[in-house]
Amino acid sequence: MNFLSDPRWNDALTRLPDYLGSHVRVSLTALALGLVISFPLALIVRRRPVLRDITLGIASIVQTVPGLALLALFYPLLLALAGLSLQWFGHGFSAFGFLPSVLALALYSMLPVLRNTITGLQGIDPAIMEAAEGVGMTQRQSLTMVELPLALPVIMAGIRTAAVWVIGTATLSTPIGQTSLGNYIFAGLQTQNWVFVVFGCAAAALLALAVDQLLALIEGGVKLNSRTRIVAGCLGLIALIAATLTPAMARARTNYIVGAKTFTEQYILSSLIAQRLQAAGLSASPREGLGSNVIFEALASGDIDIYVDYSGTLWANQLKRTDIRPRKELLSDLATTLKDKYGISLLGELGFENAYALVMPRKRAEELGIRTIADLAPRASSLSIAGDYEFFSRPEWAALRRSYNLAFRQQRQMQPDFMYAAVASGEVDVIAGYTSDGLIAKYDLVVLGDPKATIPPYDAVMLIAPKRTSDTKLREALQPLLGRIDIATMREANLRASGGDGASSPDAVARWLWEKIGKR
Amino acid sequence: MTSAAPSIAYENVGKSFERGRIKAVDGVSLNVTAGEFLAVVGGSGSGKTTLLRLANRLIAPDSGTVRVHGDDVRGLDPIALRRSIGYVFQSGGLFPHMTVADNIGITPRLLGTPAQKISARVDELIDLVRLERAHKDRFPHELSGGQRQRVGVARALAANPKIVLMDEPFGALDPLTRDALGEDYRALHRSLGLTTIMITHDMAEALLLADRVAVMRAGRLVAQGAAQELSSSSDAYVGELLNTPRRQAERLQELLPKDRA
Repeated sequence: MNFLSDPRWNDALTRLPDYLGSHVRVSLTALALGLVISFPLALIVRRRPVLRDITLGIASIVQTVPGLALLALFYPLLLALAGLSLQWFGHGFSAFGFLPSVLALALYSMLPVLRNTITGLQGIDPAIMEAAEGVGMTQRQSLTMVELPLALPVIMAGIRTAAVWVIGTATLSTPIGQTSLGNYIFAGLQTQNWVFVVFGCAAAALLALAVDQLLALIEGGVKLNSRTRIVAGCLGLIALIAATLTPAMARARTNYIVGAKTFTEQYILSSLIAQRLQAAGLSASPREGLGSNVIFEALASGDIDIYVDYSGTLWANQLKRTDIRPRKELLSDLATTLKDKYGISLLGELGFENAYALVMPRKRAEELGIRTIADLAPRASSLSIAGDYEFFSRPEWAALRRSYNLAFRQQRQMQPDFMYAAVASGEVDVIAGYTSDGLIAKYDLVVLGDPKATIPPYDAVMLIAPKRTSDTKLREALQPLLGRIDIATMREANLRASGGDGASSPDAVARWLWEKIGKR
Repeated sequence: MTSAAPSIAYENVGKSFERGRIKAVDGVSLNVTAGEFLAVVGGSGSGKTTLLRLANRLIAPDSGTVRVHGDDVRGLDPIALRRSIGYVFQSGGLFPHMTVADNIGITPRLLGTPAQKISARVDELIDLVRLERAHKDRFPHELSGGQRQRVGVARALAANPKIVLMDEPFGALDPLTRDALGEDYRALHRSLGLTTIMITHDMAEALLLADRVAVMRAGRLVAQGAAQELSSSSDAYVGELLNTPRRQAERLQELLPKDRA
């Protein structure tokens, strides 16, 4: 197929107003906040060496924290603050999306502004400062009439650096619930939609370039004392902000927000749920690419209305349980606890499980005579295993190692999508895959048995936010999905979504899935 | 010397830096009469610049008293004091981001003078220091060293000060420019009735321009007086300082007899 006639370009383009608008809003707000804090701070600390070094030190440390981690840290921090505020002042605030993103990005923007403002002011010829004092300027006059104008190019360079950093880093605010151009990148990476990845990167780069050039225009205007340049630059920035506030660019207000975690199956299921709600006349939109803990808290606090999680994940992560219970017992226990502790309703199971499982190429397993994890254990010391970023720190892994006495030669962490190809090509011997993954069939892999039932059940379940508990329209719209999706169907859907064409978008796959299960 | 209160009076003034380790000015007493042109001569580190900056309270004395028109500067608002005294800086000290006109008009602007009046005053000063009006909208880096220093003098005179302080104003200029500028300033000093203190390390320049010369060494005032008084000083350092111009003058006299000039 011709690269440019790929329908995914069109899909990407229709999402642009929402993603770009949100991206501009969050990054420019963060930049403005960062400036408002760091510029006066620089003026305060510049003549106090100890304070200056401490401030710059802290700002540098913040800079070394990876952007994704910084954003992720702000979420629990604000959540705790929101809790305190609710306790003390009677009303909380949303710790989801915009606010944590703005705060984290503002913090991120501070170093270049602080450093350049301080350096710029310190770099002024002392003779000029002496002259300012000598002609009778007050300290403030010396600052505004002489020092700041002279330091302006260096300060502006700092602001421009900050702008580019913030616009780039804002793509990482997607997992904490802020829609941004990162939605393209996260969704694209998960569903192997390279058109989205390229589109998202290009859009973020162009935006950064545009803002940088507008700031350069303002800087040039100030330097050359050209009012037209300053006005043109400011108008450009204002136009950018105004454009994001126009109805077309603003997020369409919908009543129901469907959450999705960061993997393909979640994108499909959230699309499916949103489509079902829309079919029932309810306005709904997906909020994709949310982190595993973020999504649960967002549901509990009502920032999203519904999403699909897995019983074993909830059991271990939210309920902090380490015991393994029979499937039915675990589900009913889970439903009761979620209701009592968080007010969350467990609507029901979808019908399939997406459990962790140890997976090997079929041929290799047959050669070695391995059919279960118990068969694998004695050979593990000469084999390597790969898992996703969380598997090796999860209780299942600890339980597996304990009960089968597993010790591998090497363990590696990988992006889930690359894991299957890696095991199929022999790069690693075993992977901790997911039972519903379509790639198991595609690469002719085999799921190893778990005779000791060490891995807990992972039934896909729909969870509903506390505020929607008695929403019968919602429950009715979703009823037809319960118990309908078996493992084979889900695997096929996941496999379809990993194809590289227009029919592989989560929306298209969700429609295919409904066609298939709706008629049963 | 007249009997009226001196324009600037140093009374046993002391100032040290780095917690007393460096005595920049050490017990100096010196009067500058209204209308007088005083040159302060000394090597680098002799304390002459510190002495100058004590006069408009860019530096406050540790001991002793500095009076301007009879008032102790400690009792005056330093900002107002600096605006009322002209100051010419070593290599111009012009603000590089301001035009010639803006540089000249800075002190009136700080004093809140209306823009129109400033503009008229700038034109007047440009004529006075013999710059071209076409230079008004140029930036300092577009001027020659001599032109820059003329702007510096114009800026110092903008707010009609009675006193002008000059910190090695002509030091970085070539001899011809230096001579022309010195003579021009000397004429302005006289016609405007200014009181001037000029710092220089060049004894010849001091003797040629000033009414009176004060010699500083290691923070102390070692001699003061008109040329003839100085030449009778018993201080060896003063003698040394005077020897150079004297020898040069004699040598030049031999080399350039008047009738052949």
